[in-house]
Parts: sequence; structure tokens; C-alpha cells
Amino acid sequence: MDESDLPAANQRINGWYELFSRGARDWLRHNEKVRDAVREHLPEIIAGADVVGGGARTVRVPVRMLEHYHFRLRKPSEREGVGQGAAKPGDVLAKPNQPGPGKGAGGKDDGGLEFTLEFKVEDIVDWLWEEMKLPNLKPRVGKAEEVDWTREGWDKRGARSRLDRRRSLRESIKRRAVQGKSPAFTDDDLRFRQLAKREQPAVQAVVFLLLDVSGSMSERDRQLSKTFFFWAVQGLRRQYRQLDTVFVAHTTEAWEFSEQEFFDVSGSGGTVASAGLAKVREIIDARFSPSRYNIYLFYASDGDNYTADRPQAEAALAGIAEVANYCGYLEVSTGADREMNSETATLFKAAAGGANTIGSFPLGRTEDVWDAVRHFFKQQAGVT
Amino acid sequence: MSGAWRDFLPDIEKLALSAGLDYNPVEFEAVPESFMMEISVYGLPVRMPHWSFGVRYIYQLIQHRMGHSRLFEVVFPGNPGHAYLARSNSMAENVLVTAHVLGHADFSRNNMLFKRSQQQVSDNIVEHAAQHARQIARAIEEHGQKRVELVLDAALALEQHIDVDQSVRRERYPEYAVDPVGIPDDTFRTRFNSLEAEEAAKNPAARTRAPVPPRPERDLLWFIANYAPELEGWERDIFLAVREESFYFYPVFATQIMNEGWASYWHARLLREANFLPQQIYVDAIKCHSDVVRPLASGENVALNVSPYFLGFSIWEEIVKRDGLEAARRILKEDDDFSFIRNHLTVEMAEKLELFRYRAEANGAVKVTERDVHALHEALLAPKYNFGAPGVAATHIRVDGTLDLLHDHQMDGRGLDVERGKKVLEYLHRVWRRPVIMHTVDEQGATIELAA
Repeated sequence: MDESDLPAANQRINGWYELFSRGARDWLRHNEKVRDAVREHLPEIIAGADVVGGGARTVRVPVRMLEHYHFRLRKPSEREGVGQGAAKPGDVLAKPNQPGPGKGAGGKDDGGLEFTLEFKVEDIVDWLWEEMKLPNLKPRVGKAEEVDWTREGWDKRGARSRLDRRRSLRESIKRRAVQGKSPAFTDDDLRFRQLAKREQPAVQAVVFLLLDVSGSMSERDRQLSKTFFFWAVQGLRRQYRQLDTVFVAHTTEAWEFSEQEFFDVSGSGGTVASAGLAKVREIIDARFSPSRYNIYLFYASDGDNYTADRPQAEAALAGIAEVANYCGYLEVSTGADREMNSETATLFKAAAGGANTIGSFPLGRTEDVWDAVRHFFKQQAGVT
Repeated sequence: MSGAWRDFLPDIEKLALSAGLDYNPVEFEAVPESFMMEISVYGLPVRMPHWSFGVRYIYQLIQHRMGHSRLFEVVFPGNPGHAYLARSNSMAENVLVTAHVLGHADFSRNNMLFKRSQQQVSDNIVEHAAQHARQIARAIEEHGQKRVELVLDAALALEQHIDVDQSVRRERYPEYAVDPVGIPDDTFRTRFNSLEAEEAAKNPAARTRAPVPPRPERDLLWFIANYAPELEGWERDIFLAVREESFYFYPVFATQIMNEGWASYWHARLLREANFLPQQIYVDAIKCHSDVVRPLASGENVALNVSPYFLGFSIWEEIVKRDGLEAARRILKEDDDFSFIRNHLTVEMAEKLELFRYRAEANGAVKVTERDVHALHEALLAPKYNFGAPGVAATHIRVDGTLDLLHDHQMDGRGLDVERGKKVLEYLHRVWRRPVIMHTVDEQGATIELAA
């Protein structure tokens, strides 16, 4: 049917429903509610989510559609109904656990549809920080100033690229309201955005993710470390506009990797922590001057360091601790060994000596990832 | 080309009037399929926003994509009535649909349930519901989406819990108990009453207040709107808006078989008599008709439910053939699906239509149980009792404001679904603002209380 068939009365409103879908509006509202619900269980969901695929910006979480509840009778063990077709009493139309013939058989009210919602990692991190009342990090270095341009105010003159159309139109409307019939735009109507110089403290940071890839670290241990690293980095990103990440893996030797390669690395042989720590110090000296950078180190290992390495490791750790904002040691152990009396744990405990800048935490299950993140960030901020 | 169906409209209407149809004018509008889908989800072209409609919308969208549902028309009663036709309808389909719509329009003008709801709610439900939607949009602006949503969560959950035997505009209960009727031969009372009354007794404040509710109250929407201890004015208005729409929906629900059957009977009949239609359109339209009123099971298949179009159409055809149109029109005026099915789905009819009753067990086994016509009646009508909802009534408000609800498990045959019941009580608790307690039974038939 043509539009022209429609009576005049309908012609006026014809088409509004093509611009605006109420179903879609209410569906979006539903999704918002789901988000709120998900938000309440975020730590559990995040522990399970597979987030670490080369700098994921979003997390996909499977969710269920919400049900608007009504009073209903309890589901009966048998359901009666009326059917239609050639069948006589006693006929069996479906055997147990077979779908019945025709449409309408079986209940559709069970379960409900599952779908996936995507969450922005940044949003999640913000929620978590709010939810867990995590403190913001304390940048240590802030002397070096950076000059930055920010938008500030409007002017009648400026570069064409900074023309603010909305404001200009507003001026034009105001003028025409007063002047009546007059040209649509005059030069006087034009408004240009102005930029102003602002000096900001330099907030640069680098985080070293040091991973023990010796033979004793299982695939699962590495996966746990990976999840922890991901969220730790997100937490830092929240604070620092510019965050460099450096990935170092070690066995008895140490290497720097790109992010992609890093999580696929698996080595064999023993663990010499001092090799990894020395490598970190080497990179700091070469590329990240402590006077310009806030330095963070997270080290994940199963704790089986060579006993003979103790003196070197102590020295290397002390070398980093004196320039770093924080050094965290994550002991990844399959057994829920919370004692933390492995070689490496002892090393970090000794180095900490009550200071806030070195800490350790045991990580045994995915559910603990959040406790670990919380522990480190709280300690770093001096809150316990 | 497809626009030309409107050219047939005057002829179809003339034919309908001469055949005795009696309807208010209908405004036809062709709308995109997406809009048809929304109408079927919301039940009305413009209706209040609520997230639960979004869920239904997605289900409908999925079903539609899988090709399970195709909507040709939706019609709303009133003066004038409104009919929305899918823009994707072919010319022949539109001819058929027009005749079908006139059948609905005749039905809704003459059926008593429909007449009553139009008198009491509005004879322009489309505009009326749009007003409710605007009212709620204003409430959202004023009180925020969260608060409005809490009220709608509760009100829409009780959508079916109205008392259609009462008026839409219903007065509050009388505040004072009526004096007990004198017991005959009560000489003591007679003598007592003849004594000179003291000042205090003359004081009307000494009259006893009537209990609230005086008897179990099924109209939960009305009851909460009027007696919730701390309901604000705008919240009350939302409850009453939802209730009005429920009064509109009730006849649609309670006469579905009759109404669809009647419309199908008339589109078939008008089509047969429409000698002004070109041959090809006639043939296409008849084919479309047979798709509509086709039993779900055709050939050897067996279906586990019955199409209301097929059932209603078959019964009406039989009635008109046997008793004539006059008798049919009287039935149309006075019946709803309950009386229609019980009185007119006869043994012969049920046999001819091959209806049977079956039992489906939890493990998936489905067995045909009987063909007894009374059992068929009851099984067909069972999902329609009480607006399709469990029988729940408000029985008591305690001194501390706690609301007692009672589920009539004897009428329903079993207890309430506990998890869902609790969730609904949580909705109610947020508007009643005092504890709400539901009395029902568990699997063993023992009394249980759900609380929020």
C-alpha cells in the first residue's frame, strides 16, 4: 500500500514509529538492569572471564534474560491439555524423554534465553575500585612538568577548523530573533573554540611484569598469573595516563618479550630469581629513569628459587626497591599453601622489613585474583 | 498495484452491512512489520515503558526471524476502531484482512464484555493508553526512572489480578460496619435499646469501623492503590492506569476463541459473496483463509494444542448452519469463551474436529487420555480461569500494616511457585512499604508462608 492511500489524519503521524522503536528502548533498559545485576557480582564473573587476549578492551560475560515475575502455580509433574488430530485414547504420542510431535509441546518457560553482554574493561575497573573502595595510587614523581593544550572558552576569531557550529548557530538564532529578517549567518555569529596552555605534572609510569617460566610452573599457574597481571595493569592504567608495560620472563636466564609472545613463553630448567630481577634493573637503567617514571614491579613465581641464589636475589631486589614505588610478589601455587615459606617468599618478606613498598600474596584459585589485586593496591596506598 | 485494495473497501463494507454486521467505523492504517511486532508485544500501539516488554520484544524478534509468526493485522475496538495492517501484506491478504477486521469490529461493538469495557474504560483505548504512557513519562521526569520502575514492577506483576465483576471506577469500602441485623425475639436487646442513651453512645465516632478488607479482595491492583499505607499519589495513579488497561485486556482474553472464530467466519463468508473481486485475488484470498483456519494438525500429524481460529470458526459455522444467523448473533452478544465452549462444543463437533485430551508427564511422555466432551471443555478452559492467574486475595491488614495474601490453592489444585512468588512479594513490599505475607501450600499440601 502506498503512503498516499493513508487518510490525512494518519499522514501527520505516519512514520514516527519508524524513527523510534519502543521495543528496542525497553530492551536497552533491560540490558541496563542486567548490567547493574552483573556489577554486583563482578569479582566472581571477572575471575572466570577470559580477558587476556593481547590487550582486550572489552569483556564478554554470558548473562540470562531477566524475568518479570508473576504469581504462578508450581510446575505440575504432569500437564494436561487438548490436542487435535487422529489419535484415540491410549495412544502414546511421545515416549519418555523424546520431544512430542507438533508445535506447542513442552514448556518454554524454563531457563530463559542466554545472551552475551560486552563490558568495557575501563568501566569494570572503575566499578571495582568504587565497589572495593580501593584507594587511588600515589604517584611519587611529579616534579617534571608537561605542557598540554586544553580547550578553554570561545572567541569570535579563530582557525576554521575550530569553528563551533552549535554555538555559531545559537548566536545566529539569537541575532535573528532580534533583527527579524536578516541573513542566516554573519561573521559576528561565528564562534571559535580557544585553546589554552596548561602545565601538568608528568605522570608517567612503567610496570614490569616478571614471570617465572621455569619447568615447575604449570600451564594453570601461568594462566593465573596472566589474569592477575591483566587486572593489575588495568588498575595502574586507571591512575596513569601513560603507562608502559615491560614483560620479562626468566628461568635461569631472563629475556624481555612483547606482550603477544610473553604469555606463550614456556621454558624449562631451574629458577634463578636474581636473573629476572637483574634484567628488570637493567631495563630501568636503560630506558626508564626513576626521576621521570613511577616504577612498579609484579613478580609471579611458584617460589622454588635456588637456595644458592639468595644473596644475589636479595641484592637485585634491593636495587629495584630503592627506585620503585612498589614491588609485589605473587606466589602461584596449586596447593592452597598459604604459609608463604618458600624460598622466594622468604626473600620478599625479608626485603619488605615492614615497609609499604614490598608485598607478597599467595594465589591458588581464580577466585583469589581479586583478593590479590586488592591486597597489593591497598598496601601500596598504605591502607590495610 | 498493492495500494488498490482500498478500492475494494467500500464494496466490502457494503456487503458486510447488508449481511447484518453492525460495527463502529474503523480507521485502517498500514504499518511496517516492526511496528506490528511491537503492537503484539505491548498489546497496544502506544503503551507505558517497562523493561519486561523489552524481553518479550526480543523473544518475538527471535521467533519472527525463525519464521514462526506472521502478523497480518491487529485491531482495537472503539469508536472509531483502529486496524493496523502489515505493510508487507499482499493485495489479496489485505482484502481478506479487511473482511476479518470488520468481523472483529462487529464483535467488539456487540459482545457484552467488550461493550462494558468500552463504556467503563474508554471507547478509544488506543488514545487512552497513549495518555497513560504520557502520564508515566511525566512521572519518570519528576521522580526518576528507578522509582517509577519499582512501581511498575509491582503493578504489572499484578496485571491479571483484578475483579472484573466490579466496576472500573470503584468506591472505597464503607468505613463503618453496618449495624448488625437485629436478632428476632431478642427481648434483652429490645429493652436495652429502649433505654435512654448516654452522650457517648450517641456519638457517631463510637460506631465500629469496618475491617479492611471486609471480605477477601481479589482486585489486588485496586486494593493496593487504595489501601497501601504510604503510597504516594503518583504511584497510586500508576496502579490505577495499569488496572484500567487490564480491564481493557480482559474481554480480549476471555473471548479469544469466539472473537477470532467470528472474524474468520465473516471473512470467509464475505469473500464467498464478494462477486466484485477479480478471480485471481479471490483465489489468493481463499488460500490465505484456509491457512488461517487450518487445524494445526493436518494430514497424519497430531498437534498438542488447538488453534483458536480453527476451533472458533468451526463452531460458529455449525451454529449458523443449524440455528441461523439470528441465534448466532444472540450468542455473540451474551457469551464468553466459557459459555461458548461449554454450550456449543458438542460431542459431534468434538468428534468431527478430532479433539482429544492428553497427559504430558515431566519425563516427556505424552499419552492420549480421553475424548469425553466435558473433560475437553474443562481442559480447553482451564488456562482461562481467573484471567489465567492463580487465585490470590488480600485478606487482612495487621495492626502493624503487614498485608496478608491468601492463595486459593483448593481452587487451583496446587500451591504457588515459591521462588517466583517470593520475587513478586518483593516487588509488592517496595510499594506496600510494610511486610507482605502470602499463604499457600507446598508439595505435600502443608500450609506455608512466603514473606517479603
